[in-house]
Amino acid sequence: MSVAKTLSVRNLSIEFGGVHAVEDISFDVAPGETFAIIGPNGAGKSTIFNLISRLYTPTAGTMHYGEQDLLRLPAHKIVHAGIGRTFQNIELFEHATVLQNLMVGRHSHMRANPFLNFAFLPGVRKSEIEHRRKVEDIIDFLEIAQYREQKISDLSYGARKNVELARALCTEPTLLLLDEPASGLNNEETDDVSFWLDDIKHDLGITIVMVEHDMNLVGQVADRVMAINNGRLLAIGTPDEVRNDVEVQRAYLGVAA
Amino acid sequence: MRAMCRGHGPLPQPPTEEKVLLPLNDVIHLAITGIAQGCAYGLIALGFVLIYKATEVVNFAHGEFMMLGAFAVLTFSEVLGWGFWPAFVLGCLSIAAVGYLVDAQIMRRIIGESQASIFILTVAFGFIFRALAGMMFGWNTRSLDTPFDGKIAIGNLVEINSDRVAIIIATVLLVGAIYLFFGRTRYGVAMQAASQNQLAAFYMGIPVKRLVSLTWAIGAFIAAAAGALLAPMTQIDTTIGLLGIKALAGAIVGGFGSIPGALLGCILIGVIEPFADYYLPGIKGVSAYVVMLVVLFVRPEGLIVQTYQKKV
Ligand SMILES: Nc1ncnc2c1ncn2[C@@H]1O[C@H](COP(=O)(O)OP(=O)(O)OP(=O)(O)O)[C@@H](O)[C@H]1O
Ligand SMILES: [Mg+2]
Repeated sequence: MSVAKTLSVRNLSIEFGGVHAVEDISFDVAPGETFAIIGPNGAGKSTIFNLISRLYTPTAGTMHYGEQDLLRLPAHKIVHAGIGRTFQNIELFEHATVLQNLMVGRHSHMRANPFLNFAFLPGVRKSEIEHRRKVEDIIDFLEIAQYREQKISDLSYGARKNVELARALCTEPTLLLLDEPASGLNNEETDDVSFWLDDIKHDLGITIVMVEHDMNLVGQVADRVMAINNGRLLAIGTPDEVRNDVEVQRAYLGVAA
Repeated sequence: MRAMCRGHGPLPQPPTEEKVLLPLNDVIHLAITGIAQGCAYGLIALGFVLIYKATEVVNFAHGEFMMLGAFAVLTFSEVLGWGFWPAFVLGCLSIAAVGYLVDAQIMRRIIGESQASIFILTVAFGFIFRALAGMMFGWNTRSLDTPFDGKIAIGNLVEINSDRVAIIIATVLLVGAIYLFFGRTRYGVAMQAASQNQLAAFYMGIPVKRLVSLTWAIGAFIAAAAGALLAPMTQIDTTIGLLGIKALAGAIVGGFGSIPGALLGCILIGVIEPFADYYLPGIKGVSAYVVMLVVLFVRPEGLIVQTYQKKV
């Protein structure tokens, strides 16, 4: 596993048919940091993730992860740069089992070369056992062993969220982008997420950027917070600084009113 | 339509007075011919289903890959003179390359367009391929020398043309290879994952676009193999690709999203055809579509619904 690097985003902008979904946003995320992005609905949070993970190409701005210019990578190479992600609407392989989903998470680490690497050939078998071991570690870590052989379509919402996080960890990222990891979860499940995020940061040394509405969770796990509204940056700082920022309060009140 | 009515070998002449039960050896003969024909439909249908599962595109030009494959194998065997098998491998590989390029250069660009435009485009490909084949290989009917011109005796009951047996064996081998590829190789598993969720597949590092083109290549390869193996029964001309419509009917009968379903549907249609032609000469050549219509009325989702467990 390579070491975490700094994510630096400069003057990032994207327009969708005249709508400035993200406008001139810059921020750095240091190695090992947990960085939260907050903002009202439609603020542009998921769009920032989609830009970093190369689903969208920005109309302006640059993004680097360490030395790597992310704009030079296609979406399917993002994982090779050490960036893993989850989605706001959970994107899993619905008709496959949990274990199969996680094994696909190992795809980028499987031997790239031999085209016909049949899984029953001895060399391939051995590497498959190794991948399986990594997957089992993550299954234990996120306590999803009881679902191992179940199909995704049979799982509860909370379990799916865990599986998606597990699959992202299976790619062995150094930077993890989590889009609303606690949305739709009950209090107990949210506590679990808070606990895992702590472990992911401290035990695995993974840098985390998360979009989250639950300010309690953000306060517990985030080192720094960035607040945005209408695609524009409002404030960056510690959770308390951002919570007490006048602009941020106005944006949230404006939405509530 | 000519091409569609061919291929059952010498049929026993229907008795003029009344239909009687066929003697056992004729039944076996017709059944094996039907299975062989059905296997050929099945090989083409495999391409329909694979491409559909990967991209939700129904490639109405798929039968043309079969036709081009037959011509390519014929051309390689005439030009190189190395016999059937090298020509077979080279011919199928070149059509696989054509399939790859069709996706990578053209289909990839119209992803997201309406189903109607995609439908029209693939139908247009069919016309273009037929025209190109006519210009390149001529409009005459040609025949291909294959090693399968003998007969195989089963006991002393019935003699079967070995071309039929070759198709059945080739189908078993190709389907087995496909099954192993999708179930047991990294790329096969990745292709299945991508067909379930492209977005997630991207972030697992799967080169989705390249694999979709590879799916087209595999589908085209198998169709080309079917074309070459079927050549002793159908001969080769620019219209044999119309068999693809029967393969499509078979795939619909079996359940379009399921590979075993599509194969079974095609074999069913292949077996029903020669018997229907014998007993019901009024619907000669169209029994496949009758079966399809009946299935669509009775069981619109096809006989087998997603029995194919996606192994990811
Ligand atoms: N592919 C797209 N095409 C057009 N508009 C888009 C696209 N993606 C995002 N947008 C627009 O960009 C804006 C920001 O959307 P985004 O999904 O980033 O919001 P968000 O902050 O994640 O909101 P939420 O909290 O509801 O998830 C919205 O106005 C949205 O409609
Ligand atoms: Mg969002």
